[in-house]
Amino acid sequence: MTRLTVPKTYKLYIGGKFPRSESGRTYEVTTAKGVFLANASLASRKDARDAVVAARAAVSGWSGATAYNRGQVLYRIAELLEGRRDQFVDELVSSESISKSEATRQVDTSIDAWVWYAGWADKYVQVAGNANPVSGPYFNLSTPEPTGVVAIVAPQSGDSLLGLVSVIAPAILSGNTVVVIANQNSPLSAVSLSEVLATSDVPGGVVNILTGSPAEITPWLASHADVNALDLAGAESIEWIDLQIAAADTLKRVLPPVTGVPAPSLERIVALTETKTVWHTKAMI
Amino acid sequence: MDNTTAAPRFLDYAPAPESTSVLHLKPSYGLFINGEFTDGHGSPFTTISPATEQVIAEIATANTADVDAAVSAARRAYDRTWSKLSGADRGKYLFRIARLVQERARELAVAESLDNGKPIKESRDVDVPLVAAWFFYYAGWADKLDYAGLGPNPRALGVAAQVIPWNFPLLMLAWKIAPALAAGNTVVIKPAETTPLTALIFAEILQQADLPAGVVNIITGAGETGEALVNHPDINKVAFTGSTAVGRAIAKSVAGTGKKVTLELGGKAANIVFDDAPIDQAVEGIINGIFFNQGHVCCAGSRLLVQESIHDEVIDRLKSRMSTLRLGDPLDKNTDIGAINSREQLDRIRELSNVGEAEGAERWSAPCDIPDKGFWFAPTIFTNVSTSSRIAREEIFGPVLSVLTFRTPAEAVAKANNTPYGLSAGIWSDKGSKILAVADKLRAGVIWANTFNKFDPSSPFGGYKESGYGREGGRHGLAAYLESAGWASPAASITKGARK
Repeated sequence: MTRLTVPKTYKLYIGGKFPRSESGRTYEVTTAKGVFLANASLASRKDARDAVVAARAAVSGWSGATAYNRGQVLYRIAELLEGRRDQFVDELVSSESISKSEATRQVDTSIDAWVWYAGWADKYVQVAGNANPVSGPYFNLSTPEPTGVVAIVAPQSGDSLLGLVSVIAPAILSGNTVVVIANQNSPLSAVSLSEVLATSDVPGGVVNILTGSPAEITPWLASHADVNALDLAGAESIEWIDLQIAAADTLKRVLPPVTGVPAPSLERIVALTETKTVWHTKAMI
Repeated sequence: MDNTTAAPRFLDYAPAPESTSVLHLKPSYGLFINGEFTDGHGSPFTTISPATEQVIAEIATANTADVDAAVSAARRAYDRTWSKLSGADRGKYLFRIARLVQERARELAVAESLDNGKPIKESRDVDVPLVAAWFFYYAGWADKLDYAGLGPNPRALGVAAQVIPWNFPLLMLAWKIAPALAAGNTVVIKPAETTPLTALIFAEILQQADLPAGVVNIITGAGETGEALVNHPDINKVAFTGSTAVGRAIAKSVAGTGKKVTLELGGKAANIVFDDAPIDQAVEGIINGIFFNQGHVCCAGSRLLVQESIHDEVIDRLKSRMSTLRLGDPLDKNTDIGAINSREQLDRIRELSNVGEAEGAERWSAPCDIPDKGFWFAPTIFTNVSTSSRIAREEIFGPVLSVLTFRTPAEAVAKANNTPYGLSAGIWSDKGSKILAVADKLRAGVIWANTFNKFDPSSPFGGYKESGYGREGGRHGLAAYLESAGWASPAASITKGARK
């Protein structure tokens, strides 16, 4: 007699908690062949705004943590993902209808991306900042700092888990907090990733994951006055120019859509930072 | 005892005007396109001296056809000349320009003060020397782009459209042109409508430098000309310095075009004075922070946040120092406060100051004689300003300081950051650990500790939040005109085989 399985309820991840959508809405997630997998939460405008509130509240603590600490937290994510490797492989096999070896490669690449970005946390400032030899008796130093709250449309095609990791990691390593809209058609690994995040010392609110329709939710984030930057990585198939126009009202930094999954890069890290230059007088001795 | 003889007024100086004989102005100026002055096809306008309201010269207006001509000259120069030159040769042209600016420094300073209204001591000692320094600094970058931090062989963007403001006309031109050319771009630049004069003299310098035709095109006109320029389909980069409202409009208009954008917009900088500050220096810093260039400075320290325990002492000393400021002829070497740049700007300063009073703040202006002609505004401070008052939130862009108080460093930081802007800030304290902690928490792109309004070509300048994006100055300013050719990063292997 086969054992009756215990399916998981897939929910949102906001402020370190796992709420259902306040709207009570769900949408059906199926395999490529249409076999039912789960009812994912269909996030609403209110959920997006709640996520921004949570993200803003987390900025001070996360950006104020030491770079060494943030690096260790990102590495911890890799450790826990490694521990749940089989679970993610199985989930990707069923939700993306890919082979076990393809799913394994995707999970391994995602783990390695966390490790790669973890190492940047205490180095990107050295590479992107510098001392400035001004002509006068002044100490003068330029350093990048996190931009603040970043709203992200995760890649909507290709590898759902790797796509998500490839946009979250470069944003949070510097101290930003994020509200990310997962791959609409393959949201399950995003919800499972949030379970990893919740147990790997990432403070609540640093990463907030919404499942649902990017076309419906992103406009509210693009026009939200408490969002500092908008990463449109996965927005290629929606009306992203309108989103960029809406973002201009508060002069948000906007990263344009990319095809597929963005490759790991220092540029992606630096694009979500602000350079601060501090001058200080030197005494004449 | 005879009491009829008036005592000489404190620091009463005899007039010491700088001679205008160094100028060789033409009665009218055309557009500088493809290396030559040509007629504009819009209605010409006049540029006046804001100190006397006298006409200086007639200036051409570029219409859309002229903008087209300028952009195609820049494109041609990019394709055929500038992109084919070695970095070393590009650098040599920039070095030449730097030297020519130094050689004609006094002429440029006099023209700037005449056209803009700023005191000659500022145009002579700050603006023009920095212009030369900016070209000298970026000249050296032209053959060292591999070291700019973008990986090997970074690429120029192409044609840059640049629109600059009236507060530092020639300096803003240098901030825009020097890095653009060093990186290998060609340029179409539009100076502000009220201050085109030094840009047109600069065009003569480009001719003296024998810069290849079309590499820099200078077109004059009002907002419409600028709009046509930034919306032109054949440009690759937009660099704008000016108001947040216009910056916002530009950010909208370039959405979806892929044009790279740098925006240097407004500010409402907090100048924070702690009770352990060196008070004499702090008072000088407050004065410099808000009255430098008549307060026509996007990074001006327009919100004074002073610790409550020293508020009265600081205000007393500030008023006493303000009473010694000399307002008047911009060309006089003793002048501290020159003319407001335009009637329009004067009206705005008056309007916001009246709002400040109406909203309950206490107004105090330095006693000074206001000339009969021209546009003038006496140095003014407002005390008892509430955080919600418009004069604490909006950029006045004039010699008007709003004073607020705080009790703790945390309150100072909260008040300083309580603005959609984030361009600059000042911190005054003798305690280094406090300065560094506060500097960490301020959301602003440039922070001056125990100094204010310092600029240098090697030092990146630019804002957080609604003060814009991108940096000008330093290695960061160069990167704003370059595109990475991609890093040969081992990380690339991570996504090897990833499905697209």
